[in-house]
Formats: sequence, C-alpha cells, structure tokens
Amino acid sequence: MVRTNRSRRQFLTQTTQGAALATTGGLAWFYLLNEQAQAAAYAIRPPGGEDKDEFYAKCIKCGQCVQACPYDTLELAATGDNIPIGTPYFVPRDTPCYMCPDIPCVDACPTGALSPDLTEINQARMGLASIDIENCLSWQGLRCEICYRECPVQNKAISIEHHPRHMSKHAMFVPMVHSNYCTGCGICEQACPTEKAAIRVVQPELVQGKIGEHYQLGWETDTPITQEFKPYKNDTLPFGNSNNTGQALDYLNQDDSL
Amino acid sequence: MIDLVRQPKLSTNGDPQQGPNGRPMHHLLTSTSLIGKLWLWRYVILRRVCQFTILLLFFGSAHWGWTIANQPILIGNLSGSEFLGFVPLADPFAVLQIFVSQHVLASKVIIGAIIVLALYALIVGRAFCSWACPINMVTDLANWMRSRLQVKDLFRLSGNTRYFVLALTLMLSAIAGVAAFEWISPISMFYRELIFGLGMAWMAVLGIFVFDLFVLKNGWCGHLCPLGAFYALASSRTAQLKVRFIEKTCTHCGECASVCPEPQVLNLKQAGINNMITSGECTNCGRCVALCPEGSLRLDIRFLIASKHQLNPATPIRRTA
Repeated sequence: MVRTNRSRRQFLTQTTQGAALATTGGLAWFYLLNEQAQAAAYAIRPPGGEDKDEFYAKCIKCGQCVQACPYDTLELAATGDNIPIGTPYFVPRDTPCYMCPDIPCVDACPTGALSPDLTEINQARMGLASIDIENCLSWQGLRCEICYRECPVQNKAISIEHHPRHMSKHAMFVPMVHSNYCTGCGICEQACPTEKAAIRVVQPELVQGKIGEHYQLGWETDTPITQEFKPYKNDTLPFGNSNNTGQALDYLNQDDSL
Repeated sequence: MIDLVRQPKLSTNGDPQQGPNGRPMHHLLTSTSLIGKLWLWRYVILRRVCQFTILLLFFGSAHWGWTIANQPILIGNLSGSEFLGFVPLADPFAVLQIFVSQHVLASKVIIGAIIVLALYALIVGRAFCSWACPINMVTDLANWMRSRLQVKDLFRLSGNTRYFVLALTLMLSAIAGVAAFEWISPISMFYRELIFGLGMAWMAVLGIFVFDLFVLKNGWCGHLCPLGAFYALASSRTAQLKVRFIEKTCTHCGECASVCPEPQVLNLKQAGINNMITSGECTNCGRCVALCPEGSLRLDIRFLIASKHQLNPATPIRRTA
C-alpha cells in the first residue's frame, strides 16, 4: 500500500509540475503574442491588409508581396522593429505605394492575408491621410497644394477649399482630405515639402471620429429631415469671420484697399 | 581511389577486441588522402551544400534577379514561397497553425503546404531539420564546440518535451487567433532576415547556440523545437528514405549513438527486427552512416528494405492453421 501511494503521489506531483510548467510557459507565450499583435497600430500595411485581425492571423510572413512590389515600397518587419514580426509594411515618407492597377502584392500573397477581394486599387484603404494644420504650408496661407497635385485620386481624396483670411485680400487655399476616397497610399506624405511631413498617412481608427447616428445633418439633401428645419447660420462656420461674414467678403470692393 | 583504412580494434594483449555481441570490432574509418577524408565527411558536406543552395536560391531570386525561363527561381522564404513562378510551397506547420486559429486560407498556400508535407512525409522523412533548416548549422557548431570543450548538461529534459510544445503551439494558436509559433519562431525569424535584411534575429539564434553549447546537448532541435516534432510525427510511418540497419555486421560498438543528434532513435534491438531505423525522429542526416566502421548503417529506401527483409531466408515465417 505504501509503495502504491508513493508512486501515485509521484505521478500526481509530476503531472502537476508538468501542467504548471506548460501553464507558465503558455501564459508567457500568450502574453508575447498579445503584445506583438498590438504593437505598432500605426504601421501602414499593403493594400488588402485592412482587416487587422485577418491580416495578422493569415500572414505567413513569406515576403512574396515585398518581392512582387515593383517600387520596393514594402518591407518585412525585422525583429526589434516594434512592428509585429515578419509582417509587411511601408513607410510612406520614404517610399509610398504607387497604386499599381494590377495590385501585384495582393496577387503574390499565397494566404489571402492581403485580401484577394481587392481588385480595384482605388478601393484600397491602407490608411488615411491626415493634415497637421498647424504646420501645413497651405493652412498658413502659403500657396503650396503639393499634396493636392500629387494625389493619385485627384480632386477626390484631397480637395482644395478656399477660406477667407484675416487682414489680407487673398483667400487661403487649404487641402482637405476625404476619407471616402483616400486610399492611404502616402504619395502626399512623401511629397509634402515641410521638414517633417504635415500630411501623414495614419491608421483611420487613430484619427477618425464618429458623429453618432442620432445626429441629422438637416441641410444635406439625402438626409431625412425629422425635425423642423432650422436655417444654417454662417457664424457656426469654423473659419468664417463671425457675425460679419458679409463685410469680410465685401472689403475687396472698398476703395482704400486698392 | 578512395582509400579508407579500416583497422581491427585490438585489446592490450593483441587479440581482436570483441563488441558486446561478440563480433570483432574495428576502429573508426580513416583516410590519408583528401578525397578519402572528403568522403568520410560526405554527408556533412552535402547537407551544407543543400542548406546553402536553398538559401542562395531564395537570396539570388530576391536580390540578383535569378530567373529560369523569365520566371524567378524561388521567391519568398521557408514559410512560403513560389518555385519557378507557378509551384507554390509553404510550411505545413505554419499553415496548420493558421488553420487551427480558425481563418480561411487561400488555396495557393494550402496546395503549397500539401506539396511540402508530401515531400517530407512520403519521401525524405524529417530531413528538413538536417538538410534545409538554417538552425542546423548553428546547433551543429554548438555541438562540435561542446564536444571539444567537454561541456556537461546542466539538467535533463525529456526529448518528448517537444511534443508538448507542439500541442501548446496549436492550443495557443486556437486561443490567440494567430499562428503561435510563427510569431516567435527563431527559424523563420533567422531565415527571413537572411533574405530580407538583418534585424535582431541573430539574438534568438545566439540564444539557441548558447543554450545548446552550455546548457543542454541538442537542447533546441532535440528537445524543444515544435517544427521538428511536427515533421517527426508527420513522417514516422510513411517516409521512404530510411537508415537501413544491417544487423549481421553490427558489433554494438555504440559509435553511431555517440554522433547521433537524436540517439534515442538508434534502438538497435528494434532496428534489428525492422532492418531499419523506424523512428520518425531520425533526421536522415547521415552522420552515423559515414561513421559506422562496420558499414552496418546506410541510407536506403523503405520499400527496398522491406522487400529485402522478406526475401531473407533467416526470417522465420509464422503460419497459423
């Protein structure tokens, strides 16, 4: 009996030890995986890699997309890059995506991590261009508009709006990004002449807000009007001259400014 | 041509020394000529050539534009690649991990994984570990230095640990939703960075080297690596390339087990019954084949071994009424 008990105890002890070791190792491993998968939310992925969960799970880290890219845009994250290991990414400021119409990187991907559903490059959403208006030359009143001119989805992803300007006769020509067209290719970021790019491609979820469905933009024609229509007031314009917009537009016609 | 010297082992009184089973033993084969020495190292040389050729094909296709008939020779890396622009290849273990993480894969990578799995499981056995894996060079070097420095193991670890690591890999892949081993694998890390530019993967490789050298003999490949465990399981019963064992000449001198990185596979009693090394853990590296002073071990084809086995009149055939 004593012998049986001892061997049973031994068996139980060893099983517990093994299980404990596996649990410890497994937890450490799991923690590592979690950390890796959440690293570098800002990294810009090749076209078709929009769904991050799918992309991380399916990417086999083979680099065939990297080699398929004719512009050497893509890189594989090396160990220690703080980007999920071995996954393809690009740095738009160095080399942007030139949006090949045949999308060779998606074609090269053997696993479907770069979604084969992407057949039209303009549908790619690698990121979203985002403007730092404090450092954008155009927003300071200079005539730059390089991003607007370089944008491959021209006049759609980036438009130029003009705003009246304080104390000057000239309007400001400012770039605005439209998320329903911007593919996140990063050509604007590369072209931006400021020392550090004032327009940058970022992951949309890092910068994009959401209005909320209970808001109704009553002045838009395709929005159902559920409340009594209230006329839109000029003084709510962020860049309008409050209260006296009319005067601001009119001053060009006054004598003393000629 | 190849002048191999095979001298009988003599005991102190000049009589031929006998092995544990009574047969006269011989010293390890030696050679004075260069060709003979190269012949004794043939499997090591062939394995290095094979490992470097694969690496070079990947590297050349990626950086020097190597093509055949306008198609890049080998694009990608060991995790997934395309041969001559139309044959997909993929790491079956990586694909299995993605599969258990419940994601639907494109057919291309599945076909690639089946091709590679068939190559190892049906033909060459666990040869990936000794003929293709880049870590093999590192662990071989560690092993060689360990024997020179006469380092002793720090602790003992069951060789079966790797199967637990394998199970853990698949469990974690299912829980975390990503291929668990692929995200930490020093093999793919190292290989990727050899082809796509260097990062910090050498640190992982250095870790394996130091572990194998100072902590545990064959620590990584023989105890921990789940990829080796995967190929061992996949190829144990079906692979055709096997080490044939000729029981008649074996003296049980034990030299083979002293060079084998997986010495538990050299169960000579079992091998004597089957006429071959049956365990899937054998990597077909050929170390024992080149070393055996009696020529009792050689690489052969499973079905040839089996047919010779049946023709052997010494094998009793049992019949039941």
